[in-house]
Amino acid sequence: MLEVRHLRKCYSSVVAVDDVSFSIGRGELVAVLGPNGAGKTTTVSIISGLVTPDAGDVHIDGKRLRGDADPGKRRIGLIPQDVALYDELSARHNLQFFGALFGLGGRAADAAIESVLTLVGLADRGGDRVGTFSGGMKRRLNLAAGLMHDPDILLLDEPTVGVDPQSRNAIFENLEELKRRGKTLLYTTHYMEEAERLADRVIIIDHGRVVADDSVTRLRHSLSATDRVSLEEVFLSLTGRSLRD
Amino acid sequence: MSWIALRALVRKDLLLYFTDRRAVIMGFIAPIAIASFFGSIFSGQGNSEAARIPIAIVDEDGGAVSRAVVSGAQGDKTLKVTTPARAAARAAVRAGSITVAVVIPAGFGDAAGRAFFGGGTPPPVTMWFDPSHAAELGMVRGIMTQHVMGAVSKEMFGGPAGQQMVGESLKGLDALNMPADQKDALRTLLQSVQRLSSSSPQTGGGGRGFTMPYTVAEEAVTSQASIPYNGYAHSFAGMGTQFILFAAIDLGIGILLERQRGLWKRLRSAPLSRLLLLGGKALSGATIGIVTMLVAFAFAIVVFKVRIAGSVAGFLAITAAFAIMAATFGLLIAALGNTPGGTRGVSILATLLMVMLGGAWVPSFIFPAWLQRVTVVIPVRWAVDGLDAMTWRGLGLSAAVLPTLVLLGFSLLFGSLALARFRWEEA
Repeated sequence: MLEVRHLRKCYSSVVAVDDVSFSIGRGELVAVLGPNGAGKTTTVSIISGLVTPDAGDVHIDGKRLRGDADPGKRRIGLIPQDVALYDELSARHNLQFFGALFGLGGRAADAAIESVLTLVGLADRGGDRVGTFSGGMKRRLNLAAGLMHDPDILLLDEPTVGVDPQSRNAIFENLEELKRRGKTLLYTTHYMEEAERLADRVIIIDHGRVVADDSVTRLRHSLSATDRVSLEEVFLSLTGRSLRD
Repeated sequence: MSWIALRALVRKDLLLYFTDRRAVIMGFIAPIAIASFFGSIFSGQGNSEAARIPIAIVDEDGGAVSRAVVSGAQGDKTLKVTTPARAAARAAVRAGSITVAVVIPAGFGDAAGRAFFGGGTPPPVTMWFDPSHAAELGMVRGIMTQHVMGAVSKEMFGGPAGQQMVGESLKGLDALNMPADQKDALRTLLQSVQRLSSSSPQTGGGGRGFTMPYTVAEEAVTSQASIPYNGYAHSFAGMGTQFILFAAIDLGIGILLERQRGLWKRLRSAPLSRLLLLGGKALSGATIGIVTMLVAFAFAIVVFKVRIAGSVAGFLAITAAFAIMAATFGLLIAALGNTPGGTRGVSILATLLMVMLGGAWVPSFIFPAWLQRVTVVIPVRWAVDGLDAMTWRGLGLSAAVLPTLVLLGFSLLFGSLALARFRWEEA
């Protein structure tokens, strides 16, 4: 469904992403791991059209994405790392606005709002100002905003940063439900246990390059014949133990 | 789809603006309050008496002529005359309570009489003035010249001192160093004055002196003879433009805040062109600007009887063009700015310079000529002059065409620069 081919992006002399390629099938959930500054967010930004690559391209079902207004972008839903919501507006007004950016209006928008609010457990808070929400509620609404236009592919950039265990678990359940519905999910995180719980496959990026791309089980076996090593040990063996920032 | 997105972009910005109480107060109530204040100062209408120029006259002569000068000045509706002692007058000018102090020296009446017929040195009249009111010095000088000429000529042509002065002048005529034919002519003139004086009825101060050889019919040229100049029209145009620019700053800072909060990523991830994204912002900014101006003028029309005596269509065209220009100025702020805090300070400074030099606070005609020429590069100048033309000057639609085109030209310039310099990469 989603194919990334030979992406490269430099900022002055710094190479942020260097020849990154991978593909993700329909209904697959792939976790992207990497140290700080490894190139995870830049990769997600290129796929979602926020950053123009110096080289390489992104394809959805074989069609290359071209330019800001490519209709193919409608098949992608971005859940950014920041809680990207208007605190001054109600949850419903936020969702209405983000849906309209993808051409959703009228009854279709109303139905989508009810659907995503129900999914993230905020159906009874739709009329409340987002500024009154807790951090966990905002994170769940942040997810809902990316789902408004019912995209086939979801790009989640560290969606559980700073949330309590209950909200994190609720977000995991949401993602598992979306996977059951056949959505394709690309998920960047620093939390190994999230990847172990959710991901069908893990891509590890370091210094802008893909250093591993396999299932959790196979990655464990690549380091040891038994299942006793953790994903974190595999990660550290591939990326090293030196501090990155 | 683009239409739905564009409508959503505009609606969201308007919703955010009107849910922000501070923005509404700043956008609507503040310009009305400040424009009302400025209008009350600069307005020429109403029953309130115009401020008189406070002057002091120190009469060290005490003769008939100087007393007549003081009396004439005291009767002048332009002046507020006091007659303190010399030291007190100088101290009052220094303290700023008196604009000009006029010192009439001892012997002024005699010396002025002799000088009047060309036979003596004119006596010096000292004027101490407050340098912060230098413009009023010229007015006082002119008014005092009128009263001195009236008093001296009246005395010379009919008063006892004048008769004595004419007699003395006739006696001393032979000693004057001038050609014989001119002496004869002057003698004839003085003898005629003597005859005129002796034939005039002596009523206190003497006969007739010089009077102004003309009267002045003053007419303020506005849209119609029946419609007086309304200073509120200018002050509301000025404050309207100023607060539209303030709203534009908020527009620019709002984009920077959206970027800081990650919201711009969501906007950029949607299948929307860059032109549509910035166009939506410009449209919401322009809408807020137009509403700001219309609300301000609606208040001015109802409360201060301001009238759009010229073309209403022209007024709306200039308002819309200025609002579009301000919105693109806001986009330029977002394109050139880095942090919201730092950008706000620079933007406010630039805006205040624009409104000050553009004549939004005080009419640009009071600027020096060179500054008036330079300020045509400031869009506020075109908006304020254009709105003045449509309101109290009462000019037609044709007078709105040039300001509207110039403002749209500025919009094109600012919009193009913003589009070119905008940071589109969202890492």
